[in-house]
Amino acid sequence: MAAGPDGVAGATRLERAFREEWGAVVATLARRLGDLQAAEDAAAEAFAAAAAAWARDGVPPNPGGWLTVTAWRKAVDAYRAGGAQTASVDPQLLGQVTAAPAADLEEQAMTGTLGDDRLGLIFACCHPALAEEVRVALTLRFVAGLTTREIAAAFVVPEATLAQRLVRAKRKIRESGIKFGVPPQHRLAERLRSVRAVVYLVFNEGFASGGDGELIRRDLCEEAIWLGRLLGRLFPEDGETAGLLALMLLHQSRAAARVSADGRPVPLAEQDRSLWDAALVSEGVAVLDRALTRHGPGPYQLQAAIAALHGQAGSFESTDWAQIALLYGALARLDPSPVVEVNRAVAVGMADGGLAGLAVLVPVVAAGTLDQYGPLHAAHGFLLEKAGYPERARGAWARAAEFAGNAALRDELLRRHGDPL
Amino acid sequence: MKYALLIYSQTTAEEYAGILAATRQAADTAHGPWVDYTRAAREAGVLAGAEQLTHSETATSVRVSNGGQVITDGPFMETKEHLLGFYLVDVEDLDAALDWAQRMPAHPGQTVEVRAALSGLPWQRALTE
Repeated sequence: MAAGPDGVAGATRLERAFREEWGAVVATLARRLGDLQAAEDAAAEAFAAAAAAWARDGVPPNPGGWLTVTAWRKAVDAYRAGGAQTASVDPQLLGQVTAAPAADLEEQAMTGTLGDDRLGLIFACCHPALAEEVRVALTLRFVAGLTTREIAAAFVVPEATLAQRLVRAKRKIRESGIKFGVPPQHRLAERLRSVRAVVYLVFNEGFASGGDGELIRRDLCEEAIWLGRLLGRLFPEDGETAGLLALMLLHQSRAAARVSADGRPVPLAEQDRSLWDAALVSEGVAVLDRALTRHGPGPYQLQAAIAALHGQAGSFESTDWAQIALLYGALARLDPSPVVEVNRAVAVGMADGGLAGLAVLVPVVAAGTLDQYGPLHAAHGFLLEKAGYPERARGAWARAAEFAGNAALRDELLRRHGDPL
Repeated sequence: MKYALLIYSQTTAEEYAGILAATRQAADTAHGPWVDYTRAAREAGVLAGAEQLTHSETATSVRVSNGGQVITDGPFMETKEHLLGFYLVDVEDLDAALDWAQRMPAHPGQTVEVRAALSGLPWQRALTE
């Protein structure tokens, strides 16, 4: 990507602007062509043309419009050129594209009145007829504008594998008739749930990483927040969409404090709260407050409310644990899961003591379904210690280390609680 | 856009024979979930065809190889799930096709596979000439 005149920051801004436009251009073309591959090809050509033309003539007053119109012309050229010989081109579509007067599109694009087609693109990329990991890859590629190489690096898969997955997904969208548009009313709730899940999956993929040398993975958090903001703008009335954004902002606010200078993970209790990003906390709280006044809170809003209580607490001890325990209880009723019970047990333990927390946790431990879930054993160790059983806690900590999600966390658990071997 | 809604079931040939016998003997043939479903699809103007098949155990396969053609007893592939019937619907997009698939009064254990049909292929001109 071309560097801006004001150096690195300019390049980053330009790159971000390019990527915002990328999603919008791909979306507009995909809706009109019904084909993501053709839209991608045309958009790529238009962006290459822009890099050359804008360097020579300067950036046009309406860059988005310029890119959209140029991409549309490239698509028409491609269909005209390939139509006669290429077997893969649907003759019906060919007729449609080459005959369709681009005048309406050009006028709307140039006057800045082009509707936002990105919503339709997001819904297509997150269609439940596609496998979940495919939804994630499509969304990052076409809505967020990451390159195939970047996505492959972030999810630690070979680039060729990811590229192949994207090719298959684009074919499935085209051939199975997945529409680029907002789904009908009776499917909207289900489809929006799928979109939110994809965005949160992207965020968690970045958030769960940590440690050094994983910069690209941590960038996923930024991508997810960007998608969350976009979704919030496109769906301003949806409480859970706002709840998701608030949750991500509040988690992200602690990013700098979660890892020590030498790359070790720092538990919430010991984080230097002065490192928390106050702007992100207040933005997250504000987004959540607006959401909560609108609708009955769903799982994302409840989790955001919990994160907000942490974000506003002066210290681990002075956190409103009783309220957090209640919120986890509400979450468990909406979305029952043993993982939620683990978190509730810790909150109850902080509010009412280690034994009260163990009373919640022991059934989860006994059920055995989370045997390989590290945080369960960490919670067990924590509550056993708090209840005055340090000897018994040692076994739980050993299991927490055994099932730690990454090497940095495992090393840290072993450092703190002793290597059982 | 045309979609085939393919109905797969784990019903064995014996069970299927029993179900079919009971269906044919049913007193009220003007109603019932499948009658209602078919009528609804027809009245919505989306129904392009529908068939119920004999059990795959009764299938005969013509296998073509370089050596010639061989007729064998049985389906192309022995599986636990059998294709027992299909509806062909002509609708706007996948979401609409999924709507009709989900409206089917299928039983637990049955699977409805939704497959889009291709259009604009050269051989298809012969269908309507």
